[in-house]
Amino acid sequence: MADTGLLEALLRLLEKVDGGIDSQDVAADLGVDHQLIVGAVKSLQALGEVISAEQKSSKRWELTGEGREIAEQGSHEARVFNAIPDEGLPQNELMKMPSGKVGFSKAMSNKWIRLDKAHEGGPRVFKTVETIEDTVRDKLQLVQKGLSAKLEDKEKNELKKRKLLSEVTVKSYWITKGSSFSTTITKQETELTPEMIASGSWKEKKFKPYNFEAMGVAPDCGHLHPLMKVRTQFRQIFLEMGFTEMPTNNFIESSFWNFDSLFQPQQHPARDQHDTFFISDPALAHEFPQDYLERVKQVHSEGGYGSQGYKYDWKIEEAQKNLLRTHTTAVSARMLYKLAQQKFTPVKYFSIDRVFRNETLDATHLAEFHQIEGVVADYGLTLGNLMGILHQFFTKLGLKKWVEVGNSGVFRPEMLLPMGLPEGVSVIAWGLSLERPTMIKYGINNIRELVGHKVNLQMVYDSPICRLDS
Amino acid sequence: MPTVSVKRDLLFEALGQKYTDEEFDELCFEFGLELDEITSEKEILIREQGDEKAEGASDVVLYKIDVPANRYDLLCLEGLVRGLQVFKEKLEAPRYKRVSPADGGEPQRLVITEETASVRPHAVAAVLRNITFTQERYESFIELQEKLHQNICRKRTLVAIGTHDLDTISGPFTYTAKPPGEIRFKPLNQSKEYTATELMSLYKTDSHLRHYLHIIENEPLYPIIYDSNGIVLSMPPIINGDHSKISLNTKNIFIECTATDLTKAKTTLDMVVTMFSEYCEEPFTVEGAEVVYPDGRLCVYPELAYRTETLSGDFINKRVGINESAESIAQLLTRMCLRSEVSGEGDLIQVEIPPTRADVIHACDIMEDAAIAYGFNNIVRSTPRTYTIANQLPLNKLTELLRQDLAAAGFTEALTFALCSEEDIADKLRKNIAETRAVHISNPKTTEFQVARTCLLPGLLKTLAANRKMPLPLKLFEISDVVLKDETKDVGARNNRRLCAVYYNKSPGFEVIHGLLDRVMQLLDVKPGRNQGYHIQAAEDSTFFPGRCAEIFSCGKSIGHLGVLHPDVISRFELTMPCSAIDIDIEPFL
Repeated sequence: MADTGLLEALLRLLEKVDGGIDSQDVAADLGVDHQLIVGAVKSLQALGEVISAEQKSSKRWELTGEGREIAEQGSHEARVFNAIPDEGLPQNELMKMPSGKVGFSKAMSNKWIRLDKAHEGGPRVFKTVETIEDTVRDKLQLVQKGLSAKLEDKEKNELKKRKLLSEVTVKSYWITKGSSFSTTITKQETELTPEMIASGSWKEKKFKPYNFEAMGVAPDCGHLHPLMKVRTQFRQIFLEMGFTEMPTNNFIESSFWNFDSLFQPQQHPARDQHDTFFISDPALAHEFPQDYLERVKQVHSEGGYGSQGYKYDWKIEEAQKNLLRTHTTAVSARMLYKLAQQKFTPVKYFSIDRVFRNETLDATHLAEFHQIEGVVADYGLTLGNLMGILHQFFTKLGLKKWVEVGNSGVFRPEMLLPMGLPEGVSVIAWGLSLERPTMIKYGINNIRELVGHKVNLQMVYDSPICRLDS
Repeated sequence: MPTVSVKRDLLFEALGQKYTDEEFDELCFEFGLELDEITSEKEILIREQGDEKAEGASDVVLYKIDVPANRYDLLCLEGLVRGLQVFKEKLEAPRYKRVSPADGGEPQRLVITEETASVRPHAVAAVLRNITFTQERYESFIELQEKLHQNICRKRTLVAIGTHDLDTISGPFTYTAKPPGEIRFKPLNQSKEYTATELMSLYKTDSHLRHYLHIIENEPLYPIIYDSNGIVLSMPPIINGDHSKISLNTKNIFIECTATDLTKAKTTLDMVVTMFSEYCEEPFTVEGAEVVYPDGRLCVYPELAYRTETLSGDFINKRVGINESAESIAQLLTRMCLRSEVSGEGDLIQVEIPPTRADVIHACDIMEDAAIAYGFNNIVRSTPRTYTIANQLPLNKLTELLRQDLAAAGFTEALTFALCSEEDIADKLRKNIAETRAVHISNPKTTEFQVARTCLLPGLLKTLAANRKMPLPLKLFEISDVVLKDETKDVGARNNRRLCAVYYNKSPGFEVIHGLLDRVMQLLDVKPGRNQGYHIQAAEDSTFFPGRCAEIFSCGKSIGHLGVLHPDVISRFELTMPCSAIDIDIEPFL
């Protein structure tokens, strides 16, 4: 904030004029440096509508360093003239003066002095006139006072040639009265302080306006991962629909639960080394519900439960092979088997967890991803029920084209009956990946930008909250 | 899901009707198929190999149709047309019939010797008599075999098909197995004879056949079929002999399928003969062939078995969620090539499953066909009445709550892979892999998938390394599962839910990580203290800088570590700043 006295002086000047004034003129009027006036203009602008100021630029003549010296002390020739007493001065002494050389030749050509080379004791300089008129100094003083307009262009150019004047571009403000013009200044406060609140002084104070165009300061905080935010929403949807969460914290699964229990034949291509990660250590599972395993073996190799079966040589060795589960349906199978060991009650289950595929990787496929799965087991469920519940689920997601992102179906009796579930019980289920809808939702094309260590943390910092239905 | 490629004009000609692309797409959808793509050979070549290679290629319009994985009867134009015509009730499903040779002749015979037992023990055979090929029919016949090989035959591992010009060979045929050095014949489309050993090296570079060599390569005996004059018909599952190859002019075809799975062999043979008997002099009849087993048993193939299932209209209605009369359901099923009649007993329906529908193995498959014919879009959607109370898994509930508060404490959540390299969890952390209790993967395609992670730290450090350009400090956390070997579990391994956090800055910030521990314990309502509370105690751990590591105890039990990472660990993860970390098991807090 510039000094209040200067501000008020400026305002008083402005009060007297119609229209406006130039800041350069204000500087000249008040006899202060222009930069101070510029500061004062800015301070006044910050006060609101006291003044308005428009920046402009103009050309103006200014004294050089040497020009200023001459304006103060007179021209070199005048200084030489004034230094000579009536009895004259030896030339060599005159030449020792700072202005000696230049002043001597100028004063000679002005015929103000003469040189007596033959004087006894060496060459000596004498005045030839009584008084002189130092026009150079007069002209420079005019310019110094801002009255350069009184000089003719020819005169100015000559002084410019002598490096006493220079022409410069000056920036200045055209200052006019603002809508709340006043000649007194109320100092503006930047912030409300506890003292102001305590004393009530805030009532009298004016506050400096905020710049609402600027961004705020980013809060110092942590962030949740966007895929996990979507996972939270999917959990929420299932919970809202009355689905209980399954324990999917077992990435290592036996082929038995991952494939055989689901009535997937042992020659199925999904069980190929190219599609599934098998485990070398611990290579085999060693514990199965034995009578259930026998029933699974039977339904694969001979049929039963109304089924023809696949009629092949089912091998326990194949079922024992450990793997990284390829779907969370392995857990659904374990849960349904467990359910079948009790008196049947209807259930709705869900899970969202990692599954693994030994696939070729590309922009949308990784070796591991999250599978979302919903399962309903009850008497008398129909295909119409499956379609109905899918519709409700995907409506909550805000996804219209759900066929594109998921799979659904009714579990086969060859899977359910060997578990011991009652004959009339149907189990409907559906699944989809967590990554796919998230990528669609957030417009991410490369899955590596979302999942894994190559994630861009800035993306994590910047990601919005997840509201699936909006 | 296999894709069948058919020429559009041929398809429409066979259907006796022209469709617009949209109409045909709609028809496919109604029938449970999907018109995947409309293209041409030229278009495919341009896409795959560029304009130059495509020059002169055919621009006949091709329909690529996705067929359900087990509908082998729709893998060729003939089957597709038959299925659609029956569906549209323009045609009654044909009855396939096995017949004896005309004029009371002896049936063809294939004798299996016991040597085959060790390598490929099963074989079935049949004869198509007086067939008339055209260029298109011939191509379709070859293409169907290829499709079957890729699908039901599981790339020839389960079944391999050989088709021969019967007029060039004479039975009885012998299916045996011999050492590769003793097998010698002129294979299909070659100009000279090779031994089986030579063939295996010849085909090493064959873009098509090299994929099948592994099936018998390491066997001491290779399967081989001879005719009565010692002419080689085929060396399954690799190649046929050149002598008996079929051509456009072939009239009588001997078909053999050798297999490791007899059920699949019978189905495959049924598919080939039901599809192409259409072009026999007497359509849809197939001449049986005898197969004699090493134990003397004699079977006649193809089986072409029809089976009848009886189910009630009520069953279909209740499972689908519709309300149709038994008669109307029978009609729906008949349109799906499952000839059905109302038996007159209540609402019971007798459904005949033809040999072409090997995929129908249970009443639920019949139900599904009824739903397709009824139209999925015509089924009324309804909400199940199943009333249940939802429960969260306590471990996931705790995880969700902690995640929120860790973010509130200024840490950012990372999401890293559960699979990694051995190096990540051992060498880079200055640990011995043998001591990690890691689960090892037997068939990783790259080192990125050698093991399941045993700790979360490597993933977080890799995340830091990928984000070195971000302003410091970097504060990351993850709450997720690691996998550890555990003999007490049925599969010998278990997951363990862990919380890991790192602080990466110009100074190690042990106090920051220590403060995070205090905060987590506060959230878990565990007070500082030696017995019922938590405390930390100086410990040595090779991952951490000596003297800068402590073990964390809660209620007297060790739950993890915290400390400043060892400089070697930092360098090995391509980091340059000091870093402190905490890693704890959260399962004790359930």
